[in-house]
Amino acid sequence: MTDKTLLKCDKLSLSYEGKIVLENLSFELNEGDYLCIVGENGSGKSSLIKALLGLKRTASGKIITGRKLRHNEIGYLPQQTSMQRDFPASVKEVVMSGFLNRKKFFMNYTSAEKRRAQEILEILSITDLADRCYRDLSGGQQQRVLLARALCATSKMLLLDEPVAGLDPMASEEMYRLIRKVNREEGITIVMVTHDIHCAIDHASHIMHLNAGQLIFYGTAEDYRNSDIGRAFLEEGTDEECMDCRLGRECTKGCSAHKKGTCHHALKGEPHA
Amino acid sequence: MLETIAKMLQYSFVQRAVIAGLMIAVCAALLGVCLVLKRYSMIGDGLSHVSFAALTIATALNWAPMAVSIPTVLVCAFILLRISQNGSVKADAAVAVFSTGALAIGVFALSVVDGMNTDVNNYMFGSILSMTDSDVRLSVILTAVVLVVFLLFYHKIFAVTFDETFAKATGVNTGAYNSLVAVLTALMIVVGMRMMGSMLISGLILFPALSAMNVCKKFSSVTVCAAAISVVCFIVGMGASMLYDTPTGSGIVIANMIVFGTCSLIGYFRRRA
Repeated sequence: MTDKTLLKCDKLSLSYEGKIVLENLSFELNEGDYLCIVGENGSGKSSLIKALLGLKRTASGKIITGRKLRHNEIGYLPQQTSMQRDFPASVKEVVMSGFLNRKKFFMNYTSAEKRRAQEILEILSITDLADRCYRDLSGGQQQRVLLARALCATSKMLLLDEPVAGLDPMASEEMYRLIRKVNREEGITIVMVTHDIHCAIDHASHIMHLNAGQLIFYGTAEDYRNSDIGRAFLEEGTDEECMDCRLGRECTKGCSAHKKGTCHHALKGEPHA
Repeated sequence: MLETIAKMLQYSFVQRAVIAGLMIAVCAALLGVCLVLKRYSMIGDGLSHVSFAALTIATALNWAPMAVSIPTVLVCAFILLRISQNGSVKADAAVAVFSTGALAIGVFALSVVDGMNTDVNNYMFGSILSMTDSDVRLSVILTAVVLVVFLLFYHKIFAVTFDETFAKATGVNTGAYNSLVAVLTALMIVVGMRMMGSMLISGLILFPALSAMNVCKKFSSVTVCAAAISVVCFIVGMGASMLYDTPTGSGIVIANMIVFGTCSLIGYFRRRA
């Protein structure tokens, strides 16, 4: 562990309802990194995020935070629930609630906190929304407000769980741009879970690829692009194709692409199971 | 009209009713905002039926009613909140199970004793004028606690209500806040049942919050507005019952319904404008 290490996982395993969902994961995250975690549903991405936030107990192994990071200095952008979408609160109230982790129990926010919130709204160019009602905003605007709240909670590290889920392409692109801006200009380390590998690789510095609870790639975005796994995943595969087929391994799931003969096995002229 | 009311107010049992009623109205509205927004709207209904069962059993066995119903309702409040957090049984189903189950036990216990009598009628539909000094004391203490909790922990209550996952991830002890809300709700229901009866108490919890949510755009104004609406509706319902000898509980709920209807219309036209 060096001075720049913010976070380190050592042989981490996680379980969900008694089943192991992530096994033997080790990696290190450095200050200023922009890490994208990709993988299919059920690959253990969300569990990993929850464990990093301390919302989930580890089955075995350790998560070690570096000298520069305390637990309450991690910002988080969760997936939005339907309940929040029509919540009667002003944007200011939502954004300021990000500061709460550093408060004991006091009534009001300090003027320094108010100034910081103002700065954050400016960085994300949503100052004009400050007095609007949260439920009257569009999905993209709501997501930016939640990003602002997450930034109030941290100046070091931000975890984002599918930040563009349910957004239209324009709003998604804007969201990615803002996240990159936060990473480059504010120097905040980013860990993001996403389905959208193409966008991930354009923006991220590092990629972690999980498949069925196993780490199959961890390294820089550049290395990922040049790796077999990365190529297989980035190539325009058919949607129904499972990861095993894409990687040219034995198709254990019997995915529909495999049956139809449109998967990588078939394209390479390999025999079908 | 005012003379009649002034004359009525000279009686000590009327004074007790008014003081306790005002207190409960404020409590119910404040807690109601949290419960409605956290999608626990029906918890009041479920707990009041549990309280009904506890009271009938206490009557049947000749035990002190409060000593039985307070701990029973507290335990059930915790169980219901726990269940809805685990997510294994759906929260709405759990409340329905408790609600009907408790009602069945209550009715069963009644038949064992001596069938329907005035006590039972009071448990079902409330009788504000039979409130005792200890009821008044309990309601004053409870309201003081609720107000202090809301003033001291206002921002944290907001954060936990708006987004429990985020609050927990950034280090807020959400379990403690949920327990606090559960305890206060349970106590409020036990005391409030004397006034409103087990069939009507949830009206006191739901309507003010729902009305306020229709017209307010900030969480802070929702809480203040809900409390104000609740107090006004209590005064109207109580006044009507003094002047025209109508039942207090249902009068309060009807007043609340009228306000809710008006607020919904205002909200509807505002959204369209």
